[in-house]
Amino acid sequence: MGESILFWVLAAGAAASGFAVFRVGSMARATFALLLSFVLAAGEVLLLGLGYLGVLVVLMMTIEMVLMAVFMVMYMMNPAGLMPMQMYHQKPASLAIALGSFALLAAGILVVPWPERRGVPASDLTFQLGEALMGPKMLVMMTLGLALFATIIGSVLLATARGRYDRYGDDLRASAPDDPIRGGVGR
Amino acid sequence: MVESAPLWAALLVPPALAALALVAAAGDAALGARATGRPLTGALAIPLRETARLLVQQRRAVVAADRLLGAAGPALVFVAALLAALVVPVGGRAVLDLSYGIVWFNAAEVLVWAGLWLTGWGSNSPYGLAGGYRYIALGLAYELPHMFALITAALGAESLRVADVAAAQSGLWFVAWMPVAFAAFLLSALAISFVGPFGQAVGRDLAGGVLVEVSGPDRLLLLAGRYLLLAVTAAVGAVLFLGGDSGPFLPGFAWLLLKTVVLLALLVGARRLLPVLPLQRLEEVAWVLVIPLTILQALLVAIVVLAR
Repeated sequence: MGESILFWVLAAGAAASGFAVFRVGSMARATFALLLSFVLAAGEVLLLGLGYLGVLVVLMMTIEMVLMAVFMVMYMMNPAGLMPMQMYHQKPASLAIALGSFALLAAGILVVPWPERRGVPASDLTFQLGEALMGPKMLVMMTLGLALFATIIGSVLLATARGRYDRYGDDLRASAPDDPIRGGVGR
Repeated sequence: MVESAPLWAALLVPPALAALALVAAAGDAALGARATGRPLTGALAIPLRETARLLVQQRRAVVAADRLLGAAGPALVFVAALLAALVVPVGGRAVLDLSYGIVWFNAAEVLVWAGLWLTGWGSNSPYGLAGGYRYIALGLAYELPHMFALITAALGAESLRVADVAAAQSGLWFVAWMPVAFAAFLLSALAISFVGPFGQAVGRDLAGGVLVEVSGPDRLLLLAGRYLLLAVTAAVGAVLFLGGDSGPFLPGFAWLLLKTVVLLALLVGARRLLPVLPLQRLEEVAWVLVIPLTILQALLVAIVVLAR
């Protein structure tokens, strides 16, 4: 009883704060409404008994949303994202797509014949998850990690205006890099 | 065997942490008095008087400030410290005895990122906003070494449960064979609480940075939250690296308190004694020096764990 009340409160809160992302007028409020939505969704994951994953969602989403706020404010086309603005374009179309996909997914939950549970959950889910990630799913995780890391480095390289020729000269022979701001390790 | 503490123990966490924070604030006031040559008497009263003053102070705000986010920020910093404290085992018992307690602690700390940025943004002041940005930039420098330090301690105990990490040090404190992780943890503890060498977010060069327009109870939440963060990171540092409540003669509770107070004194001392470091240089030190060192430390611990 208590659990299902909590489920509905968290679910309604997550949906409402997700919707608030498109109702509020400031970049910061939109970002943190989205974070609130993620945290409430993490509450649902905790309710499922998947504590590690739930806390991980809070940890990662907080860092991610804060960094996103910085970038969103930085890249917005109106003056630095500091002015009031809306998070959507083409209101009728985007509203129709959003509500349509929500209805479709929600209908899927009700229509799909879910299988009966067989067996019982493992005693220590955190440990089981770790074993799965480090065992049979190791190759997937390693590939994913490398791909993500390569993407980050690649996008930073593409975005930065200064390359190694700016830092080390045309023949790359300079003994110390020529940086606008000196780093902290004495270079 | 570790067991979860009864629910009423959760009520003891805020006052216990607040008492530690009060001692830290008083110690800081005493150091401040010594530095300026004022008499040391009444150091304990200074933070209490400041608390009372801020509680009754009227809130002020600049035009078009985002009041909602500006109030949410300081509250988040305060609550984050209390949430982090729930997993600290005292006398072998934690209020939340989670099999992923270290991740919980980390997730609670990270809420401070959001809290400070929100405070800076909400004040509608360029100084506040720049302070918020500075904290995020600092976060990019300290968070990974901090996570590696936490992971290294968990690796040594082969468990993410905080009480297990304390129990795993019955033979040898982790600080003895994880000194780099311990140092990284202490430095990041200062950075999390934005004090001393890592106080750029509230720097004097920014007229107070995040704090510039924060007044009244909001300011109290933020300033008290800082000391709560220092206190909780000191307690977790004592549990993860200094053997928690293990020690001869005295009861476990007293040992944990003693170790926490020693670490807290170190952190508060560092706050007064070390200069604020230039942020742009810190970034390179973190990524070129500290992160590889902490990874090497984790590797060393992993090899020891595999070999034993």
